[in-house]
Amino acid sequence: MNKPLNKRIDMPLQAVEARNSNFDEVALGYSPEMAKAEASRCLQCKKRPCISGCPVGIDIPGFIKAICDDNLPAAVETIKNDNILPGICGRVCPQETQCENVCVFNKGGNAIAIGRLERFTADWERNNKSEIAPVSKSPATGKRIAVVGSGPAGLTVAADLARMGHSVTVLEALHTTGGVLKYGIPDFRLPSEIIEEEVENIKALGVIFQLNTLVGKTQTIDELLERFDAVFLGTGAGLPIFMNIPGENLVGVYSANEFLTRVNLMQAYKFPEYQTPVKAGRQVAVIGGGNVAMDAARSALRLGAERVCIIYRRTEVEMPARREEVEHAIEEGVEMIFLASPVRFLGDEKRNLKSVECIRMELGEPDSSGRRRPLPVEGSQFIIDIDVAIVALGTTPNPLISQTSPGLKTSHKGTLIYDEATSRTTKPRVWAGGDIVTGSATVISAMGAARRAAADIDKFLKTDEGKAGQNWLKADV
Amino acid sequence: MARCFKKIIELIVYKILEKQNLATNVYLFRIKAPLIASKAKAGQFVMLRVSQKGERIPLTLAEWDGAEGSITIVVMAVGATTCQLSRLEEGDKINDLLGPLGNPTEIEYFGTVVCVAGGFAIAVIRPVIRALKEAGNHIISIIGVRNKELLFWEKELEQDSDELIITTDDGSYKRKGLVTEPLKELLEGSRDINRVIAIGPTAMMKFASLTTKPFGVKTIVSLNPIMVDGTGMCGCCRVTIGDETRFACVDGPEFDGHLVDWEEFMSRQTTYLDQEKYSYQCSLGTGEKHHG
Ligand SMILES: Cc1cc2nc3c(=O)[nH]c(=O)nc-3n(C[C@H](O)[C@H](O)[C@H](O)COP(=O)(O)OP(=O)(O)OC[C@H]3O[C@@H](n4cnc5c(N)ncnc54)[C@H](O)[C@@H]3O)c2cc1C
Ligand SMILES: Cc1cc2nc3c(=O)[nH]c(=O)nc-3n(C[C@H](O)[C@H](O)[C@H](O)COP(=O)(O)OP(=O)(O)OC[C@H]3O[C@@H](n4cnc5c(N)ncnc54)[C@H](O)[C@@H]3O)c2cc1C
Ligand code: SF4
Ligand code: SF4
Ligand code: FES
Repeated sequence: MNKPLNKRIDMPLQAVEARNSNFDEVALGYSPEMAKAEASRCLQCKKRPCISGCPVGIDIPGFIKAICDDNLPAAVETIKNDNILPGICGRVCPQETQCENVCVFNKGGNAIAIGRLERFTADWERNNKSEIAPVSKSPATGKRIAVVGSGPAGLTVAADLARMGHSVTVLEALHTTGGVLKYGIPDFRLPSEIIEEEVENIKALGVIFQLNTLVGKTQTIDELLERFDAVFLGTGAGLPIFMNIPGENLVGVYSANEFLTRVNLMQAYKFPEYQTPVKAGRQVAVIGGGNVAMDAARSALRLGAERVCIIYRRTEVEMPARREEVEHAIEEGVEMIFLASPVRFLGDEKRNLKSVECIRMELGEPDSSGRRRPLPVEGSQFIIDIDVAIVALGTTPNPLISQTSPGLKTSHKGTLIYDEATSRTTKPRVWAGGDIVTGSATVISAMGAARRAAADIDKFLKTDEGKAGQNWLKADV
Repeated sequence: MARCFKKIIELIVYKILEKQNLATNVYLFRIKAPLIASKAKAGQFVMLRVSQKGERIPLTLAEWDGAEGSITIVVMAVGATTCQLSRLEEGDKINDLLGPLGNPTEIEYFGTVVCVAGGFAIAVIRPVIRALKEAGNHIISIIGVRNKELLFWEKELEQDSDELIITTDDGSYKRKGLVTEPLKELLEGSRDINRVIAIGPTAMMKFASLTTKPFGVKTIVSLNPIMVDGTGMCGCCRVTIGDETRFACVDGPEFDGHLVDWEEFMSRQTTYLDQEKYSYQCSLGTGEKHHG
């Protein structure tokens, strides 16, 4: 055996100059040689600490060993036992705070590139379909489950329950599947084909997708409960938060959801071939510091903006975005304005946005989230000329579901109250998971909650428990 | 399993059952959509996407038939998407149709209600008129069109309403002038007017609201901002009502016309004017290379 390398292997990227003007994927993935070299660094630790960092508990050393052994079908199977969307997670999981954070090599800053290896395995599967045996399925149980929402939570529940032999229908409001993966995360980070392929795999398990169905309007949960044995809610946190500052409704001020939906879901970057327009902007300001802000800023750049800046009220250290996204954004020329916050937007006589007035911030005592609280510095206002602003300050669950479903209780934040271990809500035979219960979080945490829900739904349907609603989460928890 | 699958497929194939040309550039489509038909109420709308590469546009429900499982929309061809839609024929399928969306019209006994409409809204105000009539209201309808060629459903509206007033901008039919004139006369008259509902072009709704304001008569308008999803996810449709920002697709589309910030509303409607023109030319095959 060769001496293990102590430095992790970089993943090839599209050159900065080229990628600034296209929506093709930035990260190009490992070659088989690179993957094998990276995999061979893994120590196959006895205690397997990395697994505890993965919310769906993938057998990480197991699949890495299979890569070392040139047994890629086994690597695929190992991953798919726990994660039905590896091509997606390998690309978008914040690995540095999850599996790679607890890898023994992390202290030296050289954690095994688990995400990249997962992505490599998934991509290999896509190109070598014939070598993979179809996923096994239990015999049909005759039980019917409605899954509301086709984001990562909904897709995961659907796949798990279908494999357990239940008959599953996914109801989705939009005209396509994938949730935020599709309408939020841009193609240069997660190409649509990857989502479509992984959804095809789920269709192959017999899951039925009913698109253009807004639950709460087209059909209510109570109606679904008449036809289905169980209902899972994976409707995410889709309601954009605005700042409520003057000028926020000027022409040119977008929520990140609107901007990204136009660009990704509606493919506005291919206008006029695709008919939905978007205002590209010459000078663009993005407000916020998460993945959403990075995606919006980098999309604006690709649409042809001359200057794109991110305005964030804390500093780089506190930015919640994935490390890699921040690095890529800076490389591509996105300007970072830290310790600043908008106070109002200014427009011309036709109400078109022309600038934003900001105030400098300084960091005070830590707040409830443990991060130091930003405080405005008196008299430090300054103005930036812009013609497009994108507000990326987070989202909360859309109230439609809770408003139209008696018995479904929400917290003061608008998230559904649920039991973390079982994903049960306060309404009998209704489970929930993902952003709808946590507020905006991550793909993999949504999938983790979904897997716990699937296990509990299966247990519930196979026993008599709860037939009359006993053992159900009490509404007053 | 196979049967159940077939049933679901049927639910989501939006086939055009009937098409009519009601007036110049105004088309009616009756479309198969059982789930929407079973839930529809007056004042609600659908989001529709004609083709795979098309825009999602909002259209109000003009009629629906739960038994047949169909909905009816009336569309005025004004741009790329609406023109594309107007070229579809009976038997063709609509790519996507989502609904019913938005809050239904508030239906109660108010007394005497004046219903003002123009353009495509001649069709979509009908379910509102009928529901209000059923609730016991006395309905005075005022219909305004630019010229005689744009008028349709005169008989139907005459039947549905207690009184019908028609105006044309050019005087080519019935009364010459704008809808605000007879509206003002009614408000100044001896009868109590308890509520006004105005649906149609933005300018018409704005001026109807300005006309009724001095009289303090509650005036409901159905706002038509640009929309993307229609489910409250993007905030594109935000409007200022009083001091508050509201999302027209989920909080509306009907609002108190006296509280609407009309200036802001009209500016936001023009956001994509250049692209719309270009997109329209492309759909006619006359578009030149797009810059910016
Ligand atoms: C721009 C952006 C970038 C992100 N980047 C990352 C990243 O890099 N890594 C990461 O881990 N996470 C990232 N996230 C967060 C991650 O995408 C979410 O946490 C995750 O998608 C939540 O999954 P979900 O299944 O709970 O909900 P969603 O993905 O929001 O899916 C919910 C689905 O339900 C549908 N729906 C909603 N209401 C209804 C209804 N009433 N009836 C029917 N259907 C309904 C919606 O249309 C949607 O399709 C990002 C988020 C955004 C917005
Ligand atoms: C809740 C709601 C209900 C509606 N109901 C109907 C209906 O029943 N029948 C009908 O014909 N139309 C209705 N509309 C308007 C319809 O959605 C627009 O005409 C359509 O989106 C225009 O698309 P287009 O691509 O053909 O034209 P575009 O190229 O997008 O626009 C062409 C012209 O129409 C104007 N326009 C664009 N969007 C709108 C809009 N939302 N409202 C008004 N003018 C607009 C533009 O400023 C431009 O001058 C409704 C709009 C809303 C928001
Ligand atoms: S799914 Fe995400 S957290 Fe789990 S191993 Fe893969 S990259 Fe790590
Ligand atoms: S902790 Fe790191 S080195 Fe150890 S088994 Fe997991 S991935 Fe391999
Ligand atoms: S259209 Fe997107 S929120 Fe109303």
